Amino acid sequence: MGYFKTNRNYQQARWDEPIIMELGNKGERGILVPRASKTVRGKVGTVDKLLPADLKRKAAPKLPEMSQMQVLRHYMRLSQETIGTDINIDIGLGTCTMKYSPKINEQFVRSEKLSELHPCQDESTVQGILKIMYKLEQYLKAISGMDKVSLQAGGGSQAIFANVETIRRYHEGRGEGAQRDEIITTILSHPANPGAAATIGYKVITLYPGEDGLPDLKALEAVLSERTAALMITNPEDTGIYNGKIKEFVDAVHKVGGLCAYDQANLNGVFGITRAKEAGFDMCHYNLHKSFSSPHGCQGPAAGAQCVSEKLAGFIAVPTVEFDGEKYYLEYDHPDSIGKLRKFYGVPAVFVRAYAYIRTLGPDWMRAIGELSILNNNYMVKKLLDIDGLDLPYGKENFRMEQARLSWQKLTDETGVTTDDICRRIVDYGFQDYFASHHPRIIPEPFTPEPVESYSKDDIDEFVAAFTAIAKEAKDNPALIKGAPHKAALAAQIDESGLNSWEKFATTWRAYKKYVEGK
Amino acid sequence: MMKKIGLIINPIAGIGGKVGLKGSDGLDIVEKAKALGAVAESGEKTLTALRSLALIEKDVEIYTYPGEMGADVCVEAGFKTVVLGQIEKDKTTSADTMTAAKEILKNDIALLLFAGGDGTARNILDAVDKDTLVLGIPAGCKIHSGVYAINPRSAGFLAAAVLQGRIAGSKEAEVMDIDEELFRKDIVQAKLYGYMRIPDAASLMQCRKSGGMVSDEDAVEEIAEYVADTMEKDTLYIVGTGSTTAAIMKKLNLPYTLLGVDLVCNNKVLANDCTEKTILDYLGRCEKVKIIVTIIGGQGYVFGRGNQQISAEVLRKVGKENVIIAATRNKLASLPDNKLYADTGNEEVNRLLSGWKRVIVGYKYEVVMKIYS
Repeated sequence: MGYFKTNRNYQQARWDEPIIMELGNKGERGILVPRASKTVRGKVGTVDKLLPADLKRKAAPKLPEMSQMQVLRHYMRLSQETIGTDINIDIGLGTCTMKYSPKINEQFVRSEKLSELHPCQDESTVQGILKIMYKLEQYLKAISGMDKVSLQAGGGSQAIFANVETIRRYHEGRGEGAQRDEIITTILSHPANPGAAATIGYKVITLYPGEDGLPDLKALEAVLSERTAALMITNPEDTGIYNGKIKEFVDAVHKVGGLCAYDQANLNGVFGITRAKEAGFDMCHYNLHKSFSSPHGCQGPAAGAQCVSEKLAGFIAVPTVEFDGEKYYLEYDHPDSIGKLRKFYGVPAVFVRAYAYIRTLGPDWMRAIGELSILNNNYMVKKLLDIDGLDLPYGKENFRMEQARLSWQKLTDETGVTTDDICRRIVDYGFQDYFASHHPRIIPEPFTPEPVESYSKDDIDEFVAAFTAIAKEAKDNPALIKGAPHKAALAAQIDESGLNSWEKFATTWRAYKKYVEGK
Repeated sequence: MMKKIGLIINPIAGIGGKVGLKGSDGLDIVEKAKALGAVAESGEKTLTALRSLALIEKDVEIYTYPGEMGADVCVEAGFKTVVLGQIEKDKTTSADTMTAAKEILKNDIALLLFAGGDGTARNILDAVDKDTLVLGIPAGCKIHSGVYAINPRSAGFLAAAVLQGRIAGSKEAEVMDIDEELFRKDIVQAKLYGYMRIPDAASLMQCRKSGGMVSDEDAVEEIAEYVADTMEKDTLYIVGTGSTTAAIMKKLNLPYTLLGVDLVCNNKVLANDCTEKTILDYLGRCEKVKIIVTIIGGQGYVFGRGNQQISAEVLRKVGKENVIIAATRNKLASLPDNKLYADTGNEEVNRLLSGWKRVIVGYKYEVVMKIYS
């Protein structure tokens, strides 16, 4: 009984399936649309005549021409060549918080009550979703201790962007917009923080970790000045080490007139345990698709909640959802607002899942999520550290929160097998490849797992056993790992250099044809 | 197809170190070291590197020189070996290293491995051109140069990665050396002799959550643009040595010396390749002065390695607040323990320079590092 298995003899399907743009035959169709009846044609005329001239394409779109069965077969094959969170033990993808998303919530989202709503409907006819959004905002206020929430952002990075915009508006409102041109962050906070700050035009200053793995308060103090606009920081950072001095960081920034934004994209380690408010922060954000359980959706649609304190409430993204005692409504009338971030309401499907998740758990079980994530992680780390060649920089003796950044440096020194080699080899064991680190890799040969609260002891043991086996392979037969993956949909390592060179980078088929193939 | 690499061992590299002679440059020193019972370890270290290579890639043909200069260990490691040239056993010199490099490079090799120290690196530098891909196996007493792998084993692994096409890029690395005469008197004076092209370990194909990262080349470009854009009027800029600061001069369209210190004011060069004295002369004439320097990769030295012209005296006059440090994030990632060092030869000035300091790593992008004295 139980779930543990050391060797699953995994073998992924391999179809060598072309890109859909390369499939099909001229004239092939999935649906043959019946011709309109003579009466209809007589009254309405042809489709061609119904369209205004400026809406008509000059040439037909170059879409693949395929029949239904062939389309279905194509996507079924592709689905067999991927690996997702519902089929593997998805612990490796640290910082992503790959928890179980209850399937019942999908039924709410797919219900006609949500799927048939239109964003242009009159407010009086969409009171249900507005109520869900309003109540979700109230829950997030309680969880963060902040005073106002906007659900506009379509993801975590956009919520961070909204917070930087809010920082800019706040200082501009006080006549210090031009003077305060520096935003401080840390190298182990999420890169979207410096990214958003730079996008808006701020100079970015980054703190590196000291010997304890935490940013140094003295380094922060050395760069604080009347030019400081804000500190944007994650806690715990990617190392999983909780910064117990976070309040002192915040106080130091406030002393020079700067604001503080807490990146709580991943709340799992402190869920129900600490709040942004008590640490003194002026704002924070949550990725509702992480800790609040919504499928990540491969680049969306997601939702980022922007949460701010009273003094910043007027700057928040619109619309907010308000309740006048009788009805719920969308409020756009915030004169100081940073404005809209995306179309309509935000991403309601994610709100419904997050709302259901919070309602199902209640405050006590939410705290249990934090506690279980920490317990699971420290159990896993202890077991992983039994592997010869795997180490935990910044102190093995210190507990971690919900995730940990380990290092294969010792194994690499002994065998030449790197974290990237292991990342490809783990796929042969039926696990998704793992998250090493953001760039630059200041911890060498990094490996960042996060077992969240969902996984059982058996699951964690199986995950650890696979890495134990690979570490042994590294010593006995390093070439095997260098050549991995062997049993995945892709039998060989693919050339990823296109991701780094703009000459080869293409995000559409047309761009690929034009820039990469030169046609 | 059989892959080809070159290998040159400096058989006497490191022989002085174990017997306290601080270096092995010069046949008399070698004789002295041998008399003291020293045994060269460069062959053994190269063997370690080759065994690491063989673990991962066996299908390699090695072009090398006879006996102790390479052939012996190639055969011992089980590689197909092509032996070129001739040597006089136990009497090889730096001239042999240079001849060997030139001969081996005629054979269309993918990478030239060499074992030795800073002196060996200088000999190789004299024999190759700037696009030749080389990699050092650390075996000498002095390793200040950035052209060496961290240890012999990783040199072998890196060579395997090059041969298997798993390295996407290469980068320039410093060839540094100190004056051995002074070094034996405990005076360290390192000089930057030039750059060679090595495989960029940071460009090893990496798995990623999100695609794209800034290459070192782009980062240097960003740094150069930012520093150039933020230069102030009527200010004397003392532009230090190295390719990062050279990129700033290129951005300004000014003539520069890669290995020397140049002086710039209001977008004009006042002097190239300055001595300490020239710098001090100009200091007296300018009210506002700033120094632009980079960091020695893998070591973290900001002052005292390869830029002694910017002396303690100059630094005392200009002040820490007017020092601009620029380096790529990959270079910072190569530092042990994230530490920077100032070694100006003057304790008091070293202390003045120590403490937290901003380092420019990109356009409007800085990090905070600590300088240790």
